[in-house]
Amino acid sequence: MLMRVIFPAIVLLAALNPLVFPQWDAFLTIVFAKALPVIGIILLLQAGQVSFGHAMFFAIGAYTAGFVGRWMGGGGELVLLLLAALAISVLAGLFVGIFVVRYRYIFFAMLNLAFSMVLFSLLEKFIHITGGSDGLRIARPTLFGQEMSRANYEFGIYYVSLALLALAIFGAWRLMDSPVGHAMKAIKSNETRVEYLGISPRRTLLVVYVVSAALAGVGGALVGVFQGIATPDYAYWTRSGEFVFVAILGGAGQVLGALAGSFSFEFIRVTAAAYLGDTWQLTLGLMLLGIILFAPAGIVGSLVNVGNRWRGRRTREKPSPLGQAREAVR
Amino acid sequence: MSFQILVLAALDGIAYGALVFLVAVGMTLVFGVMRILNVAHGSFYALGAYAAASLGIAMAGMGLSPWLAFPMFIVAAAVVGITVGGLMERFLLQRIYGYEETLQLLVTFAVFMMLENVQRLVWGVQPYFYSDPLRQLGNVNVAGITYTAYQTLFLPIVALAVLIGLRWFLRYTLAGSVIVAVTEDREAATAIGINARRVFFLTFVIGVTLASLGGALASPTTSVLPGMGAEMIVLSFAVAATAGLGQIEGAAVAALMIGLGRSTAVFFAPELEVVMPYLIMVLVLLIRPEGLFGKSTARKI
Repeated sequence: MLMRVIFPAIVLLAALNPLVFPQWDAFLTIVFAKALPVIGIILLLQAGQVSFGHAMFFAIGAYTAGFVGRWMGGGGELVLLLLAALAISVLAGLFVGIFVVRYRYIFFAMLNLAFSMVLFSLLEKFIHITGGSDGLRIARPTLFGQEMSRANYEFGIYYVSLALLALAIFGAWRLMDSPVGHAMKAIKSNETRVEYLGISPRRTLLVVYVVSAALAGVGGALVGVFQGIATPDYAYWTRSGEFVFVAILGGAGQVLGALAGSFSFEFIRVTAAAYLGDTWQLTLGLMLLGIILFAPAGIVGSLVNVGNRWRGRRTREKPSPLGQAREAVR
Repeated sequence: MSFQILVLAALDGIAYGALVFLVAVGMTLVFGVMRILNVAHGSFYALGAYAAASLGIAMAGMGLSPWLAFPMFIVAAAVVGITVGGLMERFLLQRIYGYEETLQLLVTFAVFMMLENVQRLVWGVQPYFYSDPLRQLGNVNVAGITYTAYQTLFLPIVALAVLIGLRWFLRYTLAGSVIVAVTEDREAATAIGINARRVFFLTFVIGVTLASLGGALASPTTSVLPGMGAEMIVLSFAVAATAGLGQIEGAAVAALMIGLGRSTAVFFAPELEVVMPYLIMVLVLLIRPEGLFGKSTARKI
């Protein structure tokens, strides 16, 4: 229902939106692009692992787009920039992933954080290459070989982002229901048993980690070329925290949660900044606490629960006996 | 010449390590007892620094003796610890002890975001400078290097006192033994009548007080500005993880290592200054995943 009816409907609405409310284009492009890393976070959360460092791949994507664009001259071609960002973030994901998939929970979260802080510091310190804290300017690339005016370019990027997001959501949805996806869920409930079944938890996690890095890299490249700049802040740990935040906000149980969460997050940020002055972080923090304490399934998960109850089906997920037993042991 | 640079780097590193230790030991204590990694821990460091700087400036404005700054640091830290830390534990953390680690981490992240915002609302974005205590203690001469006594003597002495005091507290007092009991086995401790909730509260307040004491003591040596908490949290995590989470003496060694590593980098490879702590942490964790002093735990099937 969710993925077969609601998801195509949302994509269709989003595709028609620029014809009705073109003033929303810029906002929605950012929403789409920033939902990509969140999909990666949701995939990792299937195994109960949370990364506090995925901003590093986000930054890698953005800087790759900047460097390749500069190297090609005049900004380069968007498709090539995205492909380059994809390739480099896959490589980086493989490199970091080989180390971090050996760790779980807090250590997994914080080793990712350490790696991203290393990247952040390098981006900030090597001023002659990266432009330091002022960031790297990214010139406007061509789109499918076409030179574009600013308005057309933003219009084009809107659809590129939407298409990539739809593809990513669909792919991640399939991945979650694939053997790898089920192995991820099994890792969350009991990793040792997964090993006894002959599945390597590390390899499973590594595959998903690389996928999540690739998603974050493409998201970063999109934001970079859209905003025309990549700064070291892209790699700062608070941004990684925001990705995790958005995943929980939208609902970590469903891939669609990434879009719902990203939309709500950016919406709150923009409106709180406009109407409540400098309190958007406070608002978002309260919102996050509210979600975790009162609706831990997130926006999409809660809607699904409400929908199920409304249809008289009590399919709400109960904590497994194993999980309860482990809580008791703790 | 290069010897003098080494001395300078050592002094810098020790002073810095002492501050990081104060913050990291609070974090590791809280983690050891409550199994919660408090992302907001760095914010308490920042709150302590802001509280001390603004109180210090106010006191200087009233013409009080600069020596009063030293007791003021402790008061400021305790106030932050008991009010902010106490409220956070009582009204927030107590609700989430049964949650998954991921959600616990995010709850503290939410608190971090809120506290960062509150700091900006209360103190603005202008940096604060408060260096009276630094001047008050004068300078000392170490191997031909003139350095502030505050950093060469006072900070390490405080850190050492905290380390010894904490050890003594945990080993030889009833409250400390109770904390250790809950750390070792919460269920058994509860079964013999220990109130785990009260222990959690006490531990958390102590942890927060230590972090804000670190901030208060740091305020004369650095400008107090937004973002200092975000930076400190990753640093103190690096220390805690390098040592092995929950290891108090280990945190002292790791803080010293990271402090020295960082100050050496300042003089010999300035680009690597900020990277140094994370490099040390990554290297240590790659070789010993449970940290330098951590114990590996048996896997539960």
